[in-house]
Amino acid sequence: MAHFVKSIVGPSSLHRCFMLTSRRFASKSSQSSAGFSFEPNAEQLEIQLLARKFAREEILPVAAQYDKTGEFPWDIIKKAHGLGLINHHIPQEFGGSEIGSLESVLIFEEFGYGCCGIATPMDVNNLGQIPVVVAGNKEQKKKYLGRMAEEPLVCSYAVTEPGGGSDVASLKTKAEKKGDHYVLNGQKMWITNAGHANWYFVLARTNLDPKAPPHKSLTGFIVDRDTPGVIPGRKEINMGQRASDTRGVTFEDVLVPKENVLIGEGAGFKIAMGAFDRTRPTVASTSVGLAQRALDEATKYAMERYTFGVPIAKHQLIMNMLAEMAINVEVVRLACIRAAWESDQGRRNTYYASIAKAMAADVANKCATDAVQIFGGNGYNTDTNSAFDYCQRAFDPFLKSFLVISGFCFLSSCLNENFQNTAKKVSFTVLSIFKK
Amino acid sequence: MSLRILVGCKRVIDYAVKIRVKPDKSGVITEGVKHSMNPFDEIAIEEAVRMKEKKIAKEIVAFSCGPTQCQETLRTALAMGADRGIHVEVSGPEYETLQPLHISKMLAKLAKDEQIDLIIVGKQAIDDDCNQTAQMTAALLGWPQATSASKIEAKDGSLQVVREIDGGLETIKVKLPSVVSADLRLNEPRYATLPNIMKAKKKPIKKLAPKDLGIDVSPRIQVVTVEEPPVRQAGAKVENVDAVVEKLKALGHA
Repeated sequence: MAHFVKSIVGPSSLHRCFMLTSRRFASKSSQSSAGFSFEPNAEQLEIQLLARKFAREEILPVAAQYDKTGEFPWDIIKKAHGLGLINHHIPQEFGGSEIGSLESVLIFEEFGYGCCGIATPMDVNNLGQIPVVVAGNKEQKKKYLGRMAEEPLVCSYAVTEPGGGSDVASLKTKAEKKGDHYVLNGQKMWITNAGHANWYFVLARTNLDPKAPPHKSLTGFIVDRDTPGVIPGRKEINMGQRASDTRGVTFEDVLVPKENVLIGEGAGFKIAMGAFDRTRPTVASTSVGLAQRALDEATKYAMERYTFGVPIAKHQLIMNMLAEMAINVEVVRLACIRAAWESDQGRRNTYYASIAKAMAADVANKCATDAVQIFGGNGYNTDTNSAFDYCQRAFDPFLKSFLVISGFCFLSSCLNENFQNTAKKVSFTVLSIFKK
Repeated sequence: MSLRILVGCKRVIDYAVKIRVKPDKSGVITEGVKHSMNPFDEIAIEEAVRMKEKKIAKEIVAFSCGPTQCQETLRTALAMGADRGIHVEVSGPEYETLQPLHISKMLAKLAKDEQIDLIIVGKQAIDDDCNQTAQMTAALLGWPQATSASKIEAKDGSLQVVREIDGGLETIKVKLPSVVSADLRLNEPRYATLPNIMKAKKKPIKKLAPKDLGIDVSPRIQVVTVEEPPVRQAGAKVENVDAVVEKLKALGHA
């Protein structure tokens, strides 16, 4: 475990990569010399207003339709691409927007307000790109990020397997070096955008020695979708976010050129975990958007629906529910902004991002459920907006459990070796509670 | 043609906000209320940007007069495609009594100083509904005017403009330089793209005081009182049409 600790805080090339890219964002959005500020600066405000306008006018009106048909929201993605609202982290020199985590969080809250099922494909795009942004060399960035800036394409982040999602270290997909290529064999599952992606970021095992530590045996690859042997499965019908495309992907003797390895063999685990740090705040803020939407719709309905001679908003129980929704939304929004800000300062934000994400999933869940309560009979029906919300938030708890685990992994890795075993015991106990 | 266009952008209370009158009836509550660019001015900027894309215009100058926050309005204009901004700072009580005549004088002076070929403004602001600025500016400059434009075509040193008037649509030809005011159906303003929002930060905004333009903004009017519209009174039911007519006569409406 000791070398695990050292490799996280030591001067590895990967660590330097993270610091460098984050510092660029830090100089854009850091206000550290001025102390606390809860206001966006003028540019962040403009970006937020643009995202809000886009979400309310383009996403919101068609959301229910996409959810019903399960059709992939290409139309929205193309429009968002034209406005520079996706490809947040691609550097400007390759045609991207290169905005900070904070701006990204603001944008995804607005998208989440419109529809989580449509926001997720766009968020996962960022997730798939981040490994290349932080760990790719110039040729890889130019090839794979450049093409995404030029035309509206999507990519995927293929790490989870049928055998494990939270337990990344145990993944089984193999990559064997053969001459100038690696031969990829294995199965990935629950991969968002898999059916439409132009390329995948794939995490595979290159060191088959069972005693080798996880952070040395996994490697990150960029795999073109049209490589022979890449077989996306059928689109999974999920409880909610049905416009989002989630599938299994099988890799059968897929030849990946060695130029497509990110950094080198064994660097994959750190790349994958680092990618989550950067994108976790936006997953959280998408949930905040959902929670805010539930609150707004429920409030509107509560002011219009009359029972016992008054709008139901005047009944104490309803007032209490709305007040609690508002309290939670405000607090979790601050948590997301803090998590994003930490990332933009060039620091690891695992602690804050974990907090934001765990809370956001819970808050979104509760707000949607409460909204359905407030809507009463109208809420259970599939025609009105609230039923829609109810289904969407079903997605969030799964994201939460992954998140909490990574939070504890980080904590335990930071503790002194003497306390390692105690920490492991504690974290596993808590994990088992969360995984109920 | 390579015109230099001056576009007026007024910062007004956002159209979606519910307006409230101050308790002392001296005006409307603006503190902490969401403001944005006058929608007709957004249409004006959009038209100017389209003319630049068609290579009819070479430079777009956005103008706004008011407190410091007008710079946000100008940034929006820059994000939509204007090249630079001019902010004439007026705040406090002077801003409360600012009238279209003051703005027209500023536009006229700037048109001369900046060698403007075409002024486009929104036909009216959604807060005062004056519909005066374009007309007065044209008169001060001695330029032709085309107000309530719903279509503009540029042809060899003049503009063919379709105007929406009470009787229908009127097509006129105005020689450049001229003043045009934009009506609702002129175009659909675009979203500013994210890269343009970030580029807008680097575009210059020149700050001026009214006296730099030699304009006196001391008030010509005094606001006596501002009140909400009267609350709608309950109606009354009557038996038949004759009773309706009698009631109307009694109330003095017939």
